[in-house]
Amino acid sequence: MLAEVGQFALILAFVISLVQAAVPLVGAHRGDPVLMALGRAAALLQAWFVATAFVCLAASYVACDFSVALVAQHSNTAQPLPYRIAATWGSHEGSMLLWVLILAIYGGAVARFGGTLRESLQARVLGVQGLIGAMFLGFILFTSNPFLRLSPAPLEGTELNPLLQDPGLVSHPPLLYLGYVGFSVAFAFAVAALIEGRVDAAWARWVRPWVLAAWIPLTAGITLGSLWAYYELGWGGWWFWDPVENASLMPWLLGTALLHSALVLERRGALVSWTILLAILTFSLSLIGTFLVRSGILTSVHSFAVDPERGVYILGIIAATTGAALALYAWRAPALRTGALFAPVSREGGITLNNLVLVVLAATVFFGTFSPVFIEILRGDKISVGPPYYARTFAPLAVPLLALVVLGPMANWKRDRLDAIVRRVRIPAAIAGAALLIALLAGGWRTLVAVAGLGLAAWLVAGAVAIPVRRWWAGRAYLGRSIRTTPPAIFGLALAHAGLGLLTLGVTGVTAWHQDTVLNMQPGQSVAFAGRTVALQSVEMVQGPNYQARQARFEVKGPTGSYTLIGERRAYASSQTTEAAIHVTPLGNLYISVGDEADGGVVVRMWSHPLIMWIWTGGFLMAFGGLVSLSDRRLRLGVAARAPAPVLVPAAAE
Amino acid sequence: MRRILFLAPILLLVLVLAGFGVGLRRDPSILPSQLIGKPLPAFSLPPLSPDRAGLATTDLAGEPVLLNVFASWCVACRVEHPTLMRLKAEGVNIAGLDWKDEPADGAGWLGQNGDPYARTGNDRTGRAGIDMGVSGVPETFVVDRRGRVRYRQVGPITPEVWAETIAPLMAKLRAES
Repeated sequence: MLAEVGQFALILAFVISLVQAAVPLVGAHRGDPVLMALGRAAALLQAWFVATAFVCLAASYVACDFSVALVAQHSNTAQPLPYRIAATWGSHEGSMLLWVLILAIYGGAVARFGGTLRESLQARVLGVQGLIGAMFLGFILFTSNPFLRLSPAPLEGTELNPLLQDPGLVSHPPLLYLGYVGFSVAFAFAVAALIEGRVDAAWARWVRPWVLAAWIPLTAGITLGSLWAYYELGWGGWWFWDPVENASLMPWLLGTALLHSALVLERRGALVSWTILLAILTFSLSLIGTFLVRSGILTSVHSFAVDPERGVYILGIIAATTGAALALYAWRAPALRTGALFAPVSREGGITLNNLVLVVLAATVFFGTFSPVFIEILRGDKISVGPPYYARTFAPLAVPLLALVVLGPMANWKRDRLDAIVRRVRIPAAIAGAALLIALLAGGWRTLVAVAGLGLAAWLVAGAVAIPVRRWWAGRAYLGRSIRTTPPAIFGLALAHAGLGLLTLGVTGVTAWHQDTVLNMQPGQSVAFAGRTVALQSVEMVQGPNYQARQARFEVKGPTGSYTLIGERRAYASSQTTEAAIHVTPLGNLYISVGDEADGGVVVRMWSHPLIMWIWTGGFLMAFGGLVSLSDRRLRLGVAARAPAPVLVPAAAE
Repeated sequence: MRRILFLAPILLLVLVLAGFGVGLRRDPSILPSQLIGKPLPAFSLPPLSPDRAGLATTDLAGEPVLLNVFASWCVACRVEHPTLMRLKAEGVNIAGLDWKDEPADGAGWLGQNGDPYARTGNDRTGRAGIDMGVSGVPETFVVDRRGRVRYRQVGPITPEVWAETIAPLMAKLRAES
């Protein structure tokens, strides 16, 4: 019964989304307030119906209703409840439903909280959102219906991929989707602006919080994904340049560029058509990411459900949305007047440079990810692109960008002098120089890359701390007041940039100093590894709720004291997973992964990962910085806009 | 001139989409092999460690066998591995070719994850793999009783691939004399 309710709600949502796609656009064109109000109602209704469908599917999982094919394929009664709920989005159909749910919620939010927007702009945004919603709801209904029934119903279901039975899965896909789909709002705003042919201050003020609202979960989601891969996959790595990882990195890079260019547009009214292009491309890359995961065009470890036919449909959606948006861009954007001018050395100039590098980085990743497809078409060869490609292309571009990050916030808007900027960063530069020197004395010339990385990390963190401190120093006569009145956005900026510094620290540490070894250990045996003594105490079989595990217990004596670590090799009904034993400290992790039995002992693989936890600390700090920034009153959604006269109006016909 | 700049994004998109469209029609996991119907090129590879069996072309005759090309550095091999272990438990004859890999790494990998192979050869330089036209790992050749390649699977053997394609073929090959 529930499945039929869900199916029906989904069909209704599809019909409503068609209404939402057409009516408000017509209403905005004619200036008809009734039609535009209908668009708002449709967006809210669509959100309710999609939510109903989603709840029905989740409830089917909770109730173990195996007459629903999807439930039977991805859960069984032995599976713990949280993972049965998470299984709702563990399959292709369910995850697409989650995608549409988030899209509909964002659309509903624009309808509900967008009261201060110009009515025609809001209506056009909702219309574009409705179009995207209709395409994806159609995709679900026609190619991947989650509510198909099985008859007769099996007594017991199969299993969710055990790799996915982890707390990480409960939050990782929803966070990523919040990010991917969140960029649809920026996309809808960009298309609406192109239809209207004007971009004004209200537009810019509205877009930035939405971009931020998408960027925060995407940042957190990527970080969480990396952390999850680290401890769950048991390979001892944190980033693999896998196509699906790249699919999330590309929108992140462009989204980061968009975040900064939207700032310039908001404050200075410059980079108008560039920001619009970025908004279109960011969402397009999110769609391409979905395509990549769902189509099987590239082989990836992550592609749990692939089907070329679905790929064709998603390709059609990309062609329709991005194609239409870019055609509109080619037609209308030249008529948008360019905004205020600025000198090359200025904060705008710095952000432009940041944007250029980020776009080139995204292009590098794009090329690396998709070149196997294109080279195969052109030359018939199969190639694979791996970490060496990225080490040679991504890193040399990313490092100068990191070095420049500190200078940007120190520059004044409009115009500045290079020597003045350099003078403002002399204290962070001195701190970074000291860190460099200490690292050089400790490590010597052989570890030059690591030394440079540590210096860079110190430079980034010190530079980030300098942002609020410089402000307070200027107002030191009234220190208490100047700290209290510092806008949250400043703290957000400092936190996010400091997060980047911590990320650099972690990447440097683990890249330069990681060690690993594989050996066969008998119970009672102990070995020396990376400054620690690791003893295997015991190996025994234990029974979990839906798996059997070989559990190994290690006693470790290290420079920071002794501790016990427990690693498991779990056998589920259909496959095996490794639960690595990980000891986490700020200075470095000890990572032990247990393999099969051999000659009365077990095969053990050990890694030492110096400083690795700073990678994720940095990533989460960046997301947190975004959150702090979003809490700034000036950015808050729906704050009544005392809008000055539009800064940008359509240029007169040429 | 300025117009052209604004047209560039959509032109690029058309190119990319055309590429995807063509790419989609080629299933990345199906690669016809020059070798289909022909005997495997001759090779004789050392074992991964002294206590194991090495692999030579002559070992691959007599019974239908899966020749699985893997490497310790290969991510997709880890995905494929549980399926191979299951096949071994079901009595399928699998030979392993550890491609472009240090013998110790390959041995460590099998030790840690389990060894599904009856025999394993180490192709450290990748020479034998090149003769067979291996383009990446994992890759699997289905070899019949007379040592001829009958099918080539590029990419991991998933339970679906096994059930739908390889298992029926193996049954047919066993029935052949």
